[in-house]
Amino acid sequence: MINKSLKQLSTMLAEKQVSSVELTQAFLTRIDQHNSSINAYISLDHDKTLAQAKLADTMLASNTASALTGIPIAQKDIFVAKGWKTTCGSKMLENFIGPYDAGVIERFDAVGAVNLGKTNMDEFAMGSSNETSYFGKVQNPWDRLRVPGGSSGGSAAAVAARLCVAATGTDTGGSIRQPASLCGLSGLKPTYGLVSRYGMIAFASSLDQAGPMAKSCEDMALMMNVMTGFDARDSTSLNREKEDYTLEIGKLDKLGADKPLAGLRVGLPKEYFTEGLGPDVAKVIEAAIAEYRKLGAEIVDVSLPNTMLSIPVYYVLAPAEASSNLSRFDGVRYGHRAAEYTDLMDMYCKSRAQGFGAEVKRRILIGTYVLSAGYFDAYYLKAQKIRRLIAQDFAEAFKKCDIILGPTAPSTAFKAGEKADDPVAMYLQDIYTIAVNLAGLPGMSIPAGFVEQDGKSLPVGLQIIGNYFDEARMLQAGHAYQQSTDWHTRAPEGIL
Amino acid sequence: MSLSTADIKRIAHLARIEVNDVEAEATLVKLTGILGLIEQMQAVDTTGVSPMSHSQDLSQRLRDDVVTETDQRALFQKNAPPVGNGSAEPAVENGLYLVPKVLE
Repeated sequence: MINKSLKQLSTMLAEKQVSSVELTQAFLTRIDQHNSSINAYISLDHDKTLAQAKLADTMLASNTASALTGIPIAQKDIFVAKGWKTTCGSKMLENFIGPYDAGVIERFDAVGAVNLGKTNMDEFAMGSSNETSYFGKVQNPWDRLRVPGGSSGGSAAAVAARLCVAATGTDTGGSIRQPASLCGLSGLKPTYGLVSRYGMIAFASSLDQAGPMAKSCEDMALMMNVMTGFDARDSTSLNREKEDYTLEIGKLDKLGADKPLAGLRVGLPKEYFTEGLGPDVAKVIEAAIAEYRKLGAEIVDVSLPNTMLSIPVYYVLAPAEASSNLSRFDGVRYGHRAAEYTDLMDMYCKSRAQGFGAEVKRRILIGTYVLSAGYFDAYYLKAQKIRRLIAQDFAEAFKKCDIILGPTAPSTAFKAGEKADDPVAMYLQDIYTIAVNLAGLPGMSIPAGFVEQDGKSLPVGLQIIGNYFDEARMLQAGHAYQQSTDWHTRAPEGIL
Repeated sequence: MSLSTADIKRIAHLARIEVNDVEAEATLVKLTGILGLIEQMQAVDTTGVSPMSHSQDLSQRLRDDVVTETDQRALFQKNAPPVGNGSAEPAVENGLYLVPKVLE
């Protein structure tokens, strides 16, 4: 049962083959068995979780149910949830109890989804390996010595180890797609503004976006139907008509089993296939492209000439926004306050020095520096100008193609500790994902195969980048691939 | 642009983060590497390019000037940290937050 898709479980719940309480209990039992080693969850509250499952069962019995009613979902610990400890992976918020629900949490609650617990993450979502979490690193279920990616590493490991049906993540520079790639699951970062940021602890506000992490594109479409929508409490939330993300997937059957993607123009950016890409990963991606050709897609060459600049631009803009967002953590109203201090200034400086980890402090310092008097034009303004050039690259490319395919990450999961002391090497993990955030475009990663390393099978993710608001088509393209391959159904050995 | 440990301490003070000499030294090495990465931007000609702050280039939406929040002070103050300096009591009193005296 724990290996079934969200869609299958939804049908089983609707047909009363299983109750939400039974399903939820099955996952809680697995979590109790495996979480001490995998460390995918920071906070669990069985009573709260089971109370939600009971409520879902009454909804299922009274015809007020929808696709996600009764489905156990893991929530990234970046979303404030009422009565739940909400830490954002930081000592700063170790004792913070959510006084209200984030927009995303409200939406899941409203349809009767069950919150299984809060998942581990890089501290304040700053990291690509989950090693910056104050609550300890997360194991990659495919090889316990390797990282799950980050920052949504706990959510990715939870889906991969079947410790939830699906999970939420957030993506500022690749934090949904890179862990999805490294853990062998499907993850989608929607167009900026589609999912409410209300109650989602802010890292870089102009880039942060929440999205689903699940076993398949079909499951992600169901989650997108719940997660997206206008929220007046988020000043950058987009007020658009509600969309059904399963619609394009549903049309696939009629498009002919032989060449379901006939007419789809797939762009390959030449900058994504240069020496930075690991040869073993490249091979897997090339095979995936061949599969798309077989499915009827037309392959065209495109160019994103400013790709390499996305990393320097990001490491100006994201820390600048972070240094401003994280100034709220001052030890006065909530969060860590130093036990000993002399005066107010000393209280601020000590509380922040003790409450934040090394990577968060580094980014606050970079942000403070690039925004400081005399440097604003040279760094922040310059970065915003190049950001426009990067967005224009995509606009040009989308004149020639409908979706863009490429690798999600340059390598498979690396070993814990391997890059922990080298921030620049860690930042390069996000070379293929960051530009998508800068442009505000939707991007997703789906499993495309494996590389054998140290006697273990390590997953490789294929990235699909779409034009603004083109998630339904991206999910259709991903689903067609998942109909003709079975990579997405594989589970790590020894986990079931 | 090369930084010194004195710069690190000045930036850290602006950011209200205490750093000792050892930390400042280690931070200097890491920050220098990151700023080296950032320096690549300076080679790009951005003449005539307007800065982009938001992908949709929307204007800021404003809400009506009406009261929307209800009083939840008691609930929010449950998250107040302990006072410190020997007191484990929450740093609140009569609905206010307690901080060290700033005026004599």
